[in-house]
Amino acid sequence: MPRIGSVRKVSPAAGGAAAGIWYNSRALSKLDSVAADNLVEIDNVEFRYDVRPVLKGIDMRFPRGKVISIMGLSGCGKTTTLRLIGGQLRPSGGTVRVAGEVVHELDQARLYALRRRMGMLFQFGALFTDLSVFDNVAFQLREHTALPDAMIRDLVLMKLNAVGLRGAHNMMPSELSGGMARRVALARSIALDPMLMLYDEPFTGLDPISLGVIGQLIRRLNDALGATSIVVTHDVAEALELVDYVYYMSEGKVEFQGTPDEVRAGRLPSLKQFVYGEPDGPVPFHYPAPDYRMDLFEQ
Amino acid sequence: MTARLLELTRALGARIVNNWIWRLGFACRFLWLTLKGSGSSFARFHLTLREIYFAGVLSLVIILVSGLFVGMVLGLQGYDTLVRYGSSEALGVLVSLSLVRELGPVVAGLLFASRAGSAITAEIGLMKATEQLSAMEMMAVDPIARVVAPRFWGGVISMPLLAALFSAMGVFGGYLVGVRLIGVDEGSFWSQMQAAVDFRQDILNGFIKSFVFGVAVTWIAVFEGYDAPPTAEGVSGATTRTVVTSSLAILALDFVLTALMFRGL
Repeated sequence: MPRIGSVRKVSPAAGGAAAGIWYNSRALSKLDSVAADNLVEIDNVEFRYDVRPVLKGIDMRFPRGKVISIMGLSGCGKTTTLRLIGGQLRPSGGTVRVAGEVVHELDQARLYALRRRMGMLFQFGALFTDLSVFDNVAFQLREHTALPDAMIRDLVLMKLNAVGLRGAHNMMPSELSGGMARRVALARSIALDPMLMLYDEPFTGLDPISLGVIGQLIRRLNDALGATSIVVTHDVAEALELVDYVYYMSEGKVEFQGTPDEVRAGRLPSLKQFVYGEPDGPVPFHYPAPDYRMDLFEQ
Repeated sequence: MTARLLELTRALGARIVNNWIWRLGFACRFLWLTLKGSGSSFARFHLTLREIYFAGVLSLVIILVSGLFVGMVLGLQGYDTLVRYGSSEALGVLVSLSLVRELGPVVAGLLFASRAGSAITAEIGLMKATEQLSAMEMMAVDPIARVVAPRFWGGVISMPLLAALFSAMGVFGGYLVGVRLIGVDEGSFWSQMQAAVDFRQDILNGFIKSFVFGVAVTWIAVFEGYDAPPTAEGVSGATTRTVVTSSLAILALDFVLTALMFRGL
């Protein structure tokens, strides 16, 4: 990931997709220069739920081998972006390319072939509650390969060992803590050594130790597998320690992008409020309401 | 006035289209996808076998106990009526035909809907709410083929067997009350039953009924679970809808099938 220089605001007069967006010009040009090495490319993507716009023409690049975070407030469209990359949703406009293939143009067979090279960690793990830890991790191996049981056993134990839970392979999901469930789900998602890992809010609801463990695992597994990881989160402190690059979204648009250092130094008011957790600012504390005194005394 | 009437008509039309026609179309498409994805349910029969255990074997207690009591009540009521006409020996015929033709498939179907149908809906709905189905999709495994189809066939296979067991227990209940308790002649009870019950007309038609009810109940159960909003309230509503819709479907289908089978319509 390139080292980032100064941040400037592009004038709306400059036109194009960049209009009105805070971003680092050198970073973007560098990312474009390695376009051939981008595993995921999102170009001018729009998405609507019924008539409500969720994404308003976003552009993103995810180079191979990097851990990249999509951050933003709840409802800003980051999970929608992740689901578009995974092919669970179809964009209303624009294109999403993964490994050179336009995801929403694939038929089911080709989409499934692509997904076999992806792993996804869901917000609360989404473990199969009727299967043991071992069977959860073995699920994909049994579904997609014809490996003998002995080899599946070895592979499952290796994956569980990687997340530190080899000793829990006989347990049921209901017996696991939140952090353990997340680690088992992580072991399950890397069962087929994916080229792309998608993480949907991996830190939500975890105690500090589990949070640190999951953060370390995301980085270590990405580097060990030579994969590319996209981490959707609003856990700023953990993510900035972990990732190579950040996209900050607000109201369906990419408002800022840069390295973690640049995010910390960012001057964009809404980004500052987000990073430092300020209760009031561009995102107001009060939900829009009529005048307070009028509301109190109108009767 | 005209504008108000138009508005009401429009609202009613939208409700019918959105709540009934759209959902019926979606349910039919869902059934087609389930049938299309059924290959693995038979190629990997252990998946279906597991569902037969959950839908069928675990329903045995309620089916057998209910069958016994329904048969015992039939024995009591039947004897009370038949004895007035001096034909109490026909008790075996009354009990068996009532059970094999009607009560076996219908009551077993209603019990199956409330015991197994609601469980199937709740399980699939909760899998959806906890993103297990999405996780499966992201692992390139079709949830309709892997989760829905085995449950569908598990229910379809279980239902006729449960109805047969219900009828058998009912006949036994009728025998206990009629022969053992009241004292109807045992030879007449069994021989008249054997002479009057026709395999094709009665048993096969009863089997067809229970098979159709099995398809209807399980189809409704898997569809409601898959279509449930992914919230606690959504799953609870879907479970209730499964029981209500299945029960009404069984009664309506029973009328149609009875008219076709026994009145030659």
